[in-house]
Amino acid sequence: MAMSKRKRTRVIRVVQYAVLVVVVAGFAATADWGRLADAFFDLDVASGMFPDVITVALVNTLIYTGLGFGFGLVVGLVLALMRLSGVPAYRWLAGIYIEFFRGLPALLVILAIGSGIPLAFPGTNLDRYVSIMIALGIVASAYMAETIRAGIQAVPKGQVEAARSLGMSSGRAMLWIVVPQAFKIILPPLTNELILLTKDSSLVLFLGSSQLQYELTQFGRTELNQSRSLTPVLVAGMCYLIITIPLSYLSRYLERRTGGTRIRSAEATEIVDTELEATK
Amino acid sequence: MSEPAIRITGLRKCFGDLDVLCGIDVSVAAGEVVCVIGPSGSGKSTLLRCVNMLEEPDQGSVFVNGVDLTHEDVDIDAARRRIGMVFQSFNLFAHLTVLNNLTIAQRKVLGRGKEEANKVALENLARVGLAEKANAMPAQLSGGQQQRVAIARALSMDPEVMLFDEPTSALDPELVGDVLEVMRLLAEEGMTMLVVTHEMQFAREVADRVLFMDGGVVVEQGPPAQVIGAPRHERTRTFLARVLDPIHRVE
Repeated sequence: MAMSKRKRTRVIRVVQYAVLVVVVAGFAATADWGRLADAFFDLDVASGMFPDVITVALVNTLIYTGLGFGFGLVVGLVLALMRLSGVPAYRWLAGIYIEFFRGLPALLVILAIGSGIPLAFPGTNLDRYVSIMIALGIVASAYMAETIRAGIQAVPKGQVEAARSLGMSSGRAMLWIVVPQAFKIILPPLTNELILLTKDSSLVLFLGSSQLQYELTQFGRTELNQSRSLTPVLVAGMCYLIITIPLSYLSRYLERRTGGTRIRSAEATEIVDTELEATK
Repeated sequence: MSEPAIRITGLRKCFGDLDVLCGIDVSVAAGEVVCVIGPSGSGKSTLLRCVNMLEEPDQGSVFVNGVDLTHEDVDIDAARRRIGMVFQSFNLFAHLTVLNNLTIAQRKVLGRGKEEANKVALENLARVGLAEKANAMPAQLSGGQQQRVAIARALSMDPEVMLFDEPTSALDPELVGDVLEVMRLLAEEGMTMLVVTHEMQFAREVADRVLFMDGGVVVEQGPPAQVIGAPRHERTRTFLARVLDPIHRVE
């Protein structure tokens, strides 16, 4: 018996939901909730983490992320301009840098920078904040360089021509006309870079630190070792979400504002469904 | 005779295998308004873009007020300050308000102070009839308004020569008149203008001289009454017949 296309779509959807419910219910029924609750929801352990988890760990995570992002943005911009330069040597250098650091795990880069800089420049007693800024910045810059380059190339050529026709040098046209518009275009992907870097900032725990320099992951791990409860993992995780969820909402908001009226696929399905109902 | 405002000699320009300009010799006297007409692909926009070196000529020279812009020692940025250009697609700076569109080059290039730059900008906005739009963003303006702002932006640099590259081609028909009116006033004030256009009525009424280009050469030139009213060359006649009476050509 032939089903109409509309009916078939509906049957398929019912089956999908049924499978989903069975899978979720299966996990929920078989998991040992009591033991999970004991391990992750120890209120004494949780309250013992305050206020340091906020005033020290969260603040340090923000500081490290901010330092790395700022440094990465500047280096990324320079790299992007080098990639677009008329000088072949600049293009190659930037290309090698980007491919190199984008292809390595962030942890290896951070370890290498942490122990490499004192080796390369003996006698320099680099401030810990500076080495964190450089390490995280290098990781971030390789990604951001490509984003910024794409943004610069997305600015219409006529903007440069207009600037040049007014007597601006190519450098001034880049600085005053192209780069500001490029950053407006790439605000959503840059916000995503910031979210990624917030999480990658946890890797600086491998650089070694005193208690007051702990960021969220190291703070959580230390508490974990002391309390023999998994609650610190949950608390530290929540603190990351306090940072990253608003950022991802910001990113989506910016995307909607700059990207015009792009309809998300779920909404599109709904619209199609409504129209099908109407034509019945 | 004094040096003309623009003097182009033996200008050649190729894009790959394509010869776009095949030896152009044109002069524009100070205060003269010259309209360049011709079919698309005839090289007229390229000619205009060679005057301020947005396209670099392969051969030949371009003198603006006696300075050879093709000479390798010339400070092209300094030369462009005195050559205003208006584009078909307006090219207003999308991230800046109308006022800042008019002041940014004054401040960053000419080194004018904020107060002076604002004063010059507002004067020129008034000149194109858009003083009340100073704080608008370009995207909030109609095409015709954007183009008038673009003209005011070029004028704010106190240019000696103005280049117009099909300034009304991207506009809805009802918005063309305002832009042409601004250009007519500018011409009456004695501005030296080189205008690439398809507006035959404008060329007839405002131009001192009309150039007809086709296939990368100037086919014929002279007063508008002659070139548009009584063309001598067959190519000019064919082109004008198409432009002035497109419906009958189809029939």
